[in-house]
Amino acid sequence: MSAPTRDAAEVAGLVADPELPMLTLADLGILRGVDETGAGRVVVTITPTYSGCPAMEAIRDDVIGALHGAGYADVEVRTVLTPAWSTDRITRAGRAKLAAAGISPPGPAPRRAAGPVPLTLGPSRRDVRCPHCGHGDTELITAFSATACRELRRCPSCREPFEHVKEI
Amino acid sequence: MAFDAAYEALTDHEDDARWAYGTGFVDPLAGVSTVVPSQVERADLVAYCLMLGDDALVMSHRLQQWVTRAPELEDELAIANIALDLLGQARLLLSRAGEVEGAGRDEDALAYLREASEFRNVLLVERDDADFAHLVARLLVFATWRLALLDRLVTSRDPVLAAIGAKGVKEVTYHREYAAQWVVRLGDGTAESHARMQAAVDAVWPLVDELFRPDAIELGLVAAGVAADPAGLRDEFDAIWAQVLGAATLRPAVTPATAQSAAVSAEPGGPPEVGGLPGAGGRRGEHTSAFAGILAELQSLARSMPGGSW
Repeated sequence: MSAPTRDAAEVAGLVADPELPMLTLADLGILRGVDETGAGRVVVTITPTYSGCPAMEAIRDDVIGALHGAGYADVEVRTVLTPAWSTDRITRAGRAKLAAAGISPPGPAPRRAAGPVPLTLGPSRRDVRCPHCGHGDTELITAFSATACRELRRCPSCREPFEHVKEI
Repeated sequence: MAFDAAYEALTDHEDDARWAYGTGFVDPLAGVSTVVPSQVERADLVAYCLMLGDDALVMSHRLQQWVTRAPELEDELAIANIALDLLGQARLLLSRAGEVEGAGRDEDALAYLREASEFRNVLLVERDDADFAHLVARLLVFATWRLALLDRLVTSRDPVLAAIGAKGVKEVTYHREYAAQWVVRLGDGTAESHARMQAAVDAVWPLVDELFRPDAIELGLVAAGVAADPAGLRDEFDAIWAQVLGAATLRPAVTPATAQSAAVSAEPGGPPEVGGLPGAGGRRGEHTSAFAGILAELQSLARSMPGGSW
């Protein structure tokens, strides 16, 4: 294997997410560290979006494959749980890519006051903009869509359903 | 006939690109910390991780059984996603239990190769649902209790439990909301849906007290600043339960004393259900008759093909 030619952090950051392939790991904000600990050796630290995220294995193998391809012979991927991932970690570029793909990007993650987590039983409409027509007041169909991180909404104006990355 | 070889491609291991995520992964959770906080017995921490892990594993399994049977496609998605979140929590907790135990048992060995009496889950999670109203009543109880519990774990002295708590709170908040909205929709719906939702609330209620009854190992870990005190979660649970029942136009369930005697005689002529007996329960490895069926389904493949992989 020849000597690495590209920066390890850049290579790992450009790996695509398997569930949302329009996003890189850097866009998604799940890359916690890329440390070159010796000649050709890299330790990459990632965090899962959800506890049961089935893509973690694939992401790890993709990171290892990409870094091997860039000339890093010895790659280790570690998983950390803390601090827990939040949709606030999705970068501005990542949000633009989601919107361009017809997926509504998340708003700010809910801020909690002290005490128990409040239960909301309110109306299913709120101000999430329709990625197709731009209408603002859309309706929740289900809080769980193709993956745990997305909910399914419907636009009352253009009548199209769309996915929204829900805030956590 | 081209169909003669229809399954050949599935057994061809030259190329795994046909699987969405490939095959043959090494477990990414291996390497979970084995460090135990000071003044904590290793065996106690293992037992506690098994309690919380088994709760999630068995609840996840029961939810999975509803996939393809839910009233709407959207609910299939929701139930599958909730089950997946809980399975993820179970994997983390069982992996941690195995690592701390240090006897060479990984998450698979703990899930697939333990006997019923070694499972530490509360009886609520193993109950077979008579209808969809029973499922959402049970999920509301479970998620409300677990959310309160995970939220307390965030400040645990054990960093792994604290991390699992912080992550799980975000997930279970959505689970509770999903269940609560269905309880309201059915309770405040037609006369038929109201009656069945009320029946489900009454049926699940006898299993609630066990959730808040601390076991001796839990009490020791509460004192050590590692576990959440189950008794301390009751007020939050009662407030949420009252909020949802009020919005759903349902009355509170019958009193636990009446319900317990009803649970004991649930199966005429059969052995008494331990769920109805004061002081007995899942934390001690005493399970209802429904649990055997769950384990048979969960474990049969792993037990008939030891070490098998695909």
